[in-house]
Amino acid sequence: MKQLDGHIPPGPLKEKWTTYRSTMPLVAPNNKLRLDIIVVGTGLAGASAAASLAELGYNVKVFTFHDSPRRAHSIAAQGGINAAKNYKNDGDSVWRLFYDTIKGGDYRSREANVYRLAEVSANIIDQAVAQGVPFAREYGGYLDNRSFGGVQVKRTFYARGQTGQQLLLGAYQALSRQVSLGKVELYHRHEMLDVVLVDGKARGIIARNLLTGELERHAAHAVVLATGGYGNVFYLSTNAMNSNVTAAWRAVRRGAYMANPCFTQIHPTCIPQSGEYQSKLTLMSESLRNDGRVWVPKKVEDAEAIRKGLKTALDIPEEDRDYYLERMYPAFGNLVPRDVASRAAKRVCDEGRGVSPTGKAVFLDFATAIERYGQSKAHAFGIHQPDAATIRRLGEQVVEEKYGNLFEMYEKITGENPYKVPMKIYPAVHYTMGGLWVDYNLQTNIPGLFAIGECNFSDHGANRLGASALMQGLADGYFVLPYTIGVFLSNEIRTPRIATDLPEFEQTEQEVRTRLESLMQIGGSQSVESFHRRLGKIMWEYCGMARNAEGLRKGIQLIRELRKAFYKDVFIPGSMDEFNPELEKAHRVADFLELGELMCIDALHRNESCGGHFREEYQTEDGEALRNDEEYAYVAAWEWTDINQDPVLHKEPLVFENVELKTRSYK
Amino acid sequence: MKLTLKVWRQQGPNDKGGFATYQVEANEHMSFLEMLDVLNQQLIEKKEEPVAFDHDCREGICGACSMVINGQPHGPMQKTTTCQLHMRHFKDGDTIYIEPFRAQAFPVVKDLVVDRSAFDRIIQAGGYISVDTGQAQDGNAILIPKETASEAFDAATCIGCGACVAACPNASAMLFVSAKISHLALLPQGKIEASRRVQRMVKQMDEEGFGRCSNVTACEAECPKGISVSHIARMNREFLKSVFGAPEAV
Repeated sequence: MKQLDGHIPPGPLKEKWTTYRSTMPLVAPNNKLRLDIIVVGTGLAGASAAASLAELGYNVKVFTFHDSPRRAHSIAAQGGINAAKNYKNDGDSVWRLFYDTIKGGDYRSREANVYRLAEVSANIIDQAVAQGVPFAREYGGYLDNRSFGGVQVKRTFYARGQTGQQLLLGAYQALSRQVSLGKVELYHRHEMLDVVLVDGKARGIIARNLLTGELERHAAHAVVLATGGYGNVFYLSTNAMNSNVTAAWRAVRRGAYMANPCFTQIHPTCIPQSGEYQSKLTLMSESLRNDGRVWVPKKVEDAEAIRKGLKTALDIPEEDRDYYLERMYPAFGNLVPRDVASRAAKRVCDEGRGVSPTGKAVFLDFATAIERYGQSKAHAFGIHQPDAATIRRLGEQVVEEKYGNLFEMYEKITGENPYKVPMKIYPAVHYTMGGLWVDYNLQTNIPGLFAIGECNFSDHGANRLGASALMQGLADGYFVLPYTIGVFLSNEIRTPRIATDLPEFEQTEQEVRTRLESLMQIGGSQSVESFHRRLGKIMWEYCGMARNAEGLRKGIQLIRELRKAFYKDVFIPGSMDEFNPELEKAHRVADFLELGELMCIDALHRNESCGGHFREEYQTEDGEALRNDEEYAYVAAWEWTDINQDPVLHKEPLVFENVELKTRSYK
Repeated sequence: MKLTLKVWRQQGPNDKGGFATYQVEANEHMSFLEMLDVLNQQLIEKKEEPVAFDHDCREGICGACSMVINGQPHGPMQKTTTCQLHMRHFKDGDTIYIEPFRAQAFPVVKDLVVDRSAFDRIIQAGGYISVDTGQAQDGNAILIPKETASEAFDAATCIGCGACVAACPNASAMLFVSAKISHLALLPQGKIEASRRVQRMVKQMDEEGFGRCSNVTACEAECPKGISVSHIARMNREFLKSVFGAPEAV
């Protein structure tokens, strides 16, 4: 074990980034023209980084496995993006955003990174507005804000329920502009299958052209991974079907460290699973908790009647409803952080008060909000004694304006009208706080290999606050990496263009080819999908919302057995040398089968509960997460050794000089 | 429910292709793509090649899923992508025809997968505001009326799926192109480059082999995001302005 150094610059927290940025080594404009950078992934982080790096003058090659950069899963982010603008005059500041994020992450993230994130947050909004992102506006033409979980100010900027889409299109358009200027070469339907190291530095990748199956070598002075999170290890998640860990995992297999892999975010408001055939889960934005009230019946009998279809939500009188978040956490109410809300939902369902046929759902009810908005709108229209129907009609209009597309999506999926009956929701895997270990420069422990966005571990600790993923992805891509990558590249100005006929490229390509061939040759009888589903069930059961040592040990055992079965009996139709989606899936699932084990190992080693990592053995009397700051205030970064061998743990101690470590309280 | 599927199978761009018939058992809670997942599992079990189709987010926003279902892009439901279409809108015993989006500018890659990179090239031609990272002023320094922001937003919700092209008898991409032109032309930030943008994007659209608009408006009817054809009118206006208005470098 070695102690990792995050290379955090010296000086007071508030000056670290400004001073560092002003004194870091630079690459002169004429030298930038001679340096090549590969960016893998075109989501918020990848597209914004690729565009910004190209604007600076670097030669950029960008890769996506999608048919277009605009399909990256950032597009699906709904609710909003945080920024410390204090436009609402409600006491927001860089410090408060920093503090909320550190606290929300249950004190398992780096102070310096989070502070920098809060500092640049305001620039992101400005940049996006300049690009033409149509954020929601007030009647006076000013930007509008709303509130998200874990905070008591309104700092979330949004574009209806499609904020991720609008921000991604902004970054995609900036990227497209650089493509047209010849500064970015775009490779679509190309999947990175390995990273190439030359003399210990990342110097290129092996990518598979998904249309032809051909393996290609691409070289550069530095490689940036912006390949997102690994929530699909659970099979069912809110991630897109093709989201995967392969790029990051291949870097791990080449020596990069994986940090805090067990920190997974389970999002409280998703549409519950309805059957075994289900392929993915759909999120209902956290913004709904601004106006929706979460409840279950007080009495188990009522819940049973609902499950059997004998009663509906509307049959339960007010006094028999338990608005449990408001009851348990009066200070934050329905807007507690995600990990807290998810566990509370699990608890009431475990008590037998769940409301769907599976028993795994709670209500998210908009009746109060519709009533309130209706009253206010009637008043604004000068209707002084409005009847119930008028109030309802006006209230529904306001709710539709705010959340229309989400309500529509809910109705399409469930066939129920959420304006009339409460939504049913249940927690689901949504985001992974863990990821590749990076230092303050966003560089992994492999020189020249950078990781940005959800792909790295750096800013969210053990739990991410709502509307912070978009903020981090764009902060990394627009305002952090374009500076910090220069620290590495300023030492590379004498390095000529990297050739792809180096023996390292030859050998890595051969290894990828062998790996694909061996997958094809198994020729078993079970589909890739069936293995993925089984892995997902193991992960959810033993490494999901609540974990314990015994379960995690069992999980590890089961994953190992499943992995063996996979390599003995998986069947992949078609051939390697063609468009073959089943082969793509198989390679991704093979990597998930290794990552899943590491997640369990990490969860087992961390003998405490923090944020999304809830170990049943470590809880307070009233069931809240019990941290152990004495022993576990560190980042766990795992080094890969060999299959079926234990990985090596490296620690980066987390030093808190500016905030006091407290028990999180939202009561 | 028991269904008969007539699915377009085509090995590659140069293969002639044709319909294959399959029987599949589905239930009404499934999405259309989950029903196709079931079909593919059946095929894999028989060691046959599964049907290739593009898909990703399965929540109607990434624009990856395509396919023409019983003659309609994204199937029978209005304002609904294929991934959000649920089987409760079909009946036991139905026969369903499934084809790729068809247009000269969207060559078939395999089965139901088509190449829509022409859309990317149109955006590259000018579908952006030329602003480098770091140049921006405060977001509230540019005031935009709520209605304008909202109209720009409506245009900007286009998911780039290509249903408009597939729906159009001329395989015109004018709804897609106009949505971007309209989105940016409505906003003060986008007005500066408006002439140049419309000229370049229209030129690229023509070069890609998309047809012209003849006011059939099937594009609007089939658009899963309900993008209005009024944006095409605005694009035409912008185009005329760029031709007859003040000269500007193109």
